[in-house]
Formats: sequence, C-alpha cells, structure tokens
Amino acid sequence: MQLAARNTAGLADIKTDLELRYGVQVTTCELDVLQTGALEAFIDSLPELPITVVCAVGTMNDQEDNEQSLEAATLDMRSNFEAPALLLGLFANRFEARGRGTIVGISSVAGDRGRASNYVYGAAKAGFSAFLSGLRNRLASSDVHVLTVKPGFVATKMTEGLDLPEKLTAQPEELGEAIFTAVRKRRNVIYCRRIWWLIMLIIRSIPEGIFKKMSI
Amino acid sequence: MKLSGWGRYSPVDCRVLTPRAEAELAGYLQGEDPVIARGNGRAYGDPALNEAATISMRRLDRMISFDPATGVLVAQAGVLLADVISSVLPQGWFPLVTPGTRFVTLGGMAASDVHGKNHHVHGSFRASVLWLDLVEADGQTRRVSPEATPELFDQTLGGMGLTGLITRLAIQLTRVESGWIRQETIAAPNLKAAINAFEDNAGATYSVAWIDCLARGADLGRSLVMLGEHACLEDLPRTRRRRPFATGRKALRKVPFLFPGFVLNRWTVRAFNRLYYWKGRKATSELVDWESYFYPLDSILEWNRIYGRRGFVQFQCVFPLARSEAGLTQLLQQISEAGEGSFLAVLKRFGPQESAFSFPMEGYTLALDFPARPRSIALLKRLFPIVRDHGGRFYLAKDALLDAEMFFETDGRAPDFATMRTETGRKDVFSSRQSRRLGI
Repeated sequence: MQLAARNTAGLADIKTDLELRYGVQVTTCELDVLQTGALEAFIDSLPELPITVVCAVGTMNDQEDNEQSLEAATLDMRSNFEAPALLLGLFANRFEARGRGTIVGISSVAGDRGRASNYVYGAAKAGFSAFLSGLRNRLASSDVHVLTVKPGFVATKMTEGLDLPEKLTAQPEELGEAIFTAVRKRRNVIYCRRIWWLIMLIIRSIPEGIFKKMSI
Repeated sequence: MKLSGWGRYSPVDCRVLTPRAEAELAGYLQGEDPVIARGNGRAYGDPALNEAATISMRRLDRMISFDPATGVLVAQAGVLLADVISSVLPQGWFPLVTPGTRFVTLGGMAASDVHGKNHHVHGSFRASVLWLDLVEADGQTRRVSPEATPELFDQTLGGMGLTGLITRLAIQLTRVESGWIRQETIAAPNLKAAINAFEDNAGATYSVAWIDCLARGADLGRSLVMLGEHACLEDLPRTRRRRPFATGRKALRKVPFLFPGFVLNRWTVRAFNRLYYWKGRKATSELVDWESYFYPLDSILEWNRIYGRRGFVQFQCVFPLARSEAGLTQLLQQISEAGEGSFLAVLKRFGPQESAFSFPMEGYTLALDFPARPRSIALLKRLFPIVRDHGGRFYLAKDALLDAEMFFETDGRAPDFATMRTETGRKDVFSSRQSRRLGI
C-alpha cells in the first residue's frame, strides 16, 4: 500500500496503524496535488505502479468566501477538479499501457446539480464526475476500471460541527466498505449512503424554472 | 446531536466533539463546561452522555505498536476490540479479558473495567493493562501504571471516565493456539445446581450461565452453565489444524427496524426460554468458533432495536459470595412472579477483586435486560433494595436508573470516590449524566 499526502505529519502514524491492522507493507510520500507540474515526476518516483489508485482529494470552502474571493474559489476548483483529474489522467495512461488497473475518484453528490448553497464546490465536483465518466468511456475496451464515488454526508473533519441528518450521514468506515465492494464488483458509479441516489434523482429532475426558486 | 446509551433509553441532545489528534484534548478542558469521554456507545445507560460536551474518542483510533513475541499491544483509546482481535488473532494472540461484545473501545473497556467469562481466573480488564495515558483535569497527560501510580490506576480502571481522558493504553494479550473454543454445557435444573456447577468447575478458564429468569417454583434459576477452554491444535479435527485461526467469516445480519413493543412479552420470552433450555440440555461438548462463543449477539448488528422505540434498560448486580444464593433467589422470585423477563439473562461467578471503584467482587453476578416500559422499570426499582439488603452492588456500565441514595447505600466506596473527585478538582472537569445522577 502506498500513501501520499500533502500533510505528512500524521502519515507515519497511519502507516504504522495500517501495517499492524492488516499486515501489509506501507510506503509513504509527500504530494501536493496542486503542484500539477510535479505530478508526473511523483508517479515516476513511486516504488511501483499501483494496481488500484484511490483519489480522496478535496477542499470545501465556505460558499460565501467562494463568492467573494477569487482565491478561495480557485482553490476549490483546482483541488476538487483540476488537480485530481490531471493526476488520475496520468494514472489512466499508465494503466492503459499496462493493460489493467482500477481508478477510484471520490466526487460528490454536490456535483449532480448546482445549488446556491455550494455551487462552486459542486461545479468542481461536477467537472470531476464528468471527467471520470469520460475516462471510463475511453477505457471501457481496455481492462482498466473507473469507479466514481458520490458520497453524501460523511462524518469527517470536513463536516464536523454541521448539523447533519443521521440517516443520511455515513461513517467513514461505511464509505470505505462501500468503495471496496464496488471495486470488487466493478461498479461504475456509487452513491453512499444509497438513499442519495434517489435524493439526487429527484433533485436532478426538478425543472430549472422551479429549481431556481427553491432553497435546498 | 441526539445520543443515548446502547439501551436507546431516554436519548438527550449532546454537543459532540470529535478530536482527531490527542493534542486537541487539553483544549476541551479549558471551557466552562465539564466533559465526558465516549467510546463506541456500548454502555447501556448514560455514563457516556454529557449535554454540554461529550468527547467522541472513536477517531483517536491508531494502533501504535504490537510485539508478536510478547503479546503487548499499544493503541489509542478509540481502537475497537474487534479490530484488535482481527489484527492479533492470526498471530496467535487474544485479549486476556473480553466483555460480551467486541464493538467496544479499549478506552471504554478500561473506564468500565469490564469483565469476561474468565473473571474468576484472570480478574477484570485491569489485569491486562500495563499502563495508560490519562489527560488530567489540568490538561497534562500522565502515564498511569499499577507500579508507578497505583492509586490513580486503581481509581481510573472502573472510574467511568471520571478521573480523566484515557488516550492510549498498553495491554497484555494472551497466547492461543487456535480461534476455537472447547465448550461444555451443563444443564442445571435450578439455582442451587447452577451454583454447584460453578463451584465444581472453578478451574475452567471460562464459565458463564444462561439463566431462565421466568422459571418458577422448583425450576427457579434453571440454567445452562457453559464452560470453555481455548482449543489447542490437537483438539481440532485434522482438517482444521493447518489453519487453526480460520474460523470463517460470519455473515453480519442487522435488525432492520425497531420492533413494535409487543413482540417481546412474557409469553414469547417464556416460550423461547423453555425451548432454549430443552435444546441446550442435550448439548454436552463441542468446538465453537471464537465469535459465536464470546460474541453471540455481535452477529446481529443493532440488536438493541428489538426492544422497540422506548429502548431497554439493563440490570447487573453482584452479591458477595456468602449472600449470593439468598440474594439471587429473592431476585429471581420477584422477576418470575412479575413475569418480566429477558432473553439475555446471565449468571456468572466472580473471583476475588478489591478495587477503588470497579464493579466486581467475589460472588455471583446476575445480568438482565428489560424493555423500558413502566411495568419493567417499576420491577427494577423493587429489585434494588434486595441487592442492597444482601450487601450487593451495581454495575455502572449497565445502569440507567439508580438514584444517588440507593447508589451510596449499596457501594461503600462511593463517598471516598466522590471526595477524591471534589478534592482533586476532577469533579468540575469530568462529569456525565450518570455521575450527576449518582452524586459522584
């Protein structure tokens, strides 16, 4: 298992924990995905090309900040779309050349429709979802599998302090298991929890004329 | 966020803090509000509930080191026992002491000083704790061990989180040769026979009895006493010896919804109990995998939903050895007369233990659960004085209903514990709904 993260402070502890829990060998390295010029060199520096790559990268600024500050909006767009898409694109090329591999991109239900409450973040996630969809289409004839994960609420640091409805909020372990199962079953797109599929279906099917007046 | 104990009884709105680094903890202690640590929410009542600030320790869940030669594990307090087992069992190690569910955190196990089916041999969880790190009222982290700080160690194990926040622990595991248990079942037609079975089998590593708390008259206390030993390689059939720890992955089922309140009533429970006893009566000796043996209920996720919307309350008491038979007889008479019984009635012999605030003492412990309806709660309150009058006491990890008066009457250690809390300033910093209810 190879772990890459920008914030390497906790990485050593995570490595030890994973090794003790699962008896696997773990290597770690520093990676700032926003330094897109260095992405190619990063992949080349890995001890070996992984069989599966899971991209769990993102930021979620305050929507108001995103409206007022170009800097904030740029960060959300780059870290939720540009950087992860470029990174997975590079892996895709290498996996295609090798003839197999699995690509997991963690997008969001927020990308399914732009809403006033978080459309900058949502737009970036929408871009990422579209990118993954195209990648899947391109690689369908090769043995490279692309999985788009659309979590709803997940109880992580990002959502801490928000008053989330319990029935719609997944624990991180739950999301992990859902992804693992989806990779094994070679699913294309998953929602977690599954109820989000229905919720987003409804939200997507509201006519724009009505939707623009709603606050959800 | 609405929180309750595992009994789902009387939920309350709590502000939940979820630290992801130990360094965040000291900051929580500087506010006006007292805090309480919460593990995986398996205590039945309210010891891990505090409206102003409940600290969820579940994300402080890194394993830090494990030495497969000595069986010493160091881990953060939020690590689940289930994860410990799946990590160490393939290497031939098992927890020395385990409660009846593996979905508990190590920190919660220490705070409740949990016991298992081997208490009469190995004692409570504290026997396996080499040291623990405790964030104290002043925000400082201190390493607490039986050698260096015996008093604080004694108060913290079983201290219900009221001495500080446990952040990490070192625990000693025990060697096993397989993931299988040799189980022997003894049918005991009444309480006296059950007690005799425990006394005759004091040498068994594990012993516990399922007790039919609705049986009356000559059948009062009818039980199945189950003994167990970790199976050695030669106990296993030849085909299993090559992979002695592979017991197969159990399918986890989940109770999908809250059962309506009428599902569990005296007739269904009585019928179940009768059937269970007659079925168990014939069983004698068999090999059982560790999951089924130690954690029969864990395979049914969210089994606490079978009691419906109102939830349920647990009752667990211990009687001193000399008063056990008399006390248990009175309790069982009250319960069977009332016709309020549970599937999960468990009788167990404790070995000697004297500690500052832990539950066990030498004698017999009885655990029951009841749906939280007024009739059952009224019955429970009739049981309390019986326990008091026979010199018994209650298990705080199960309790949701005691009042301060009854608690102080049954636990002679309560005044010292309460004084210690006040004098050290811990009372202002660490407090739960339970600690306030009990006046400690």
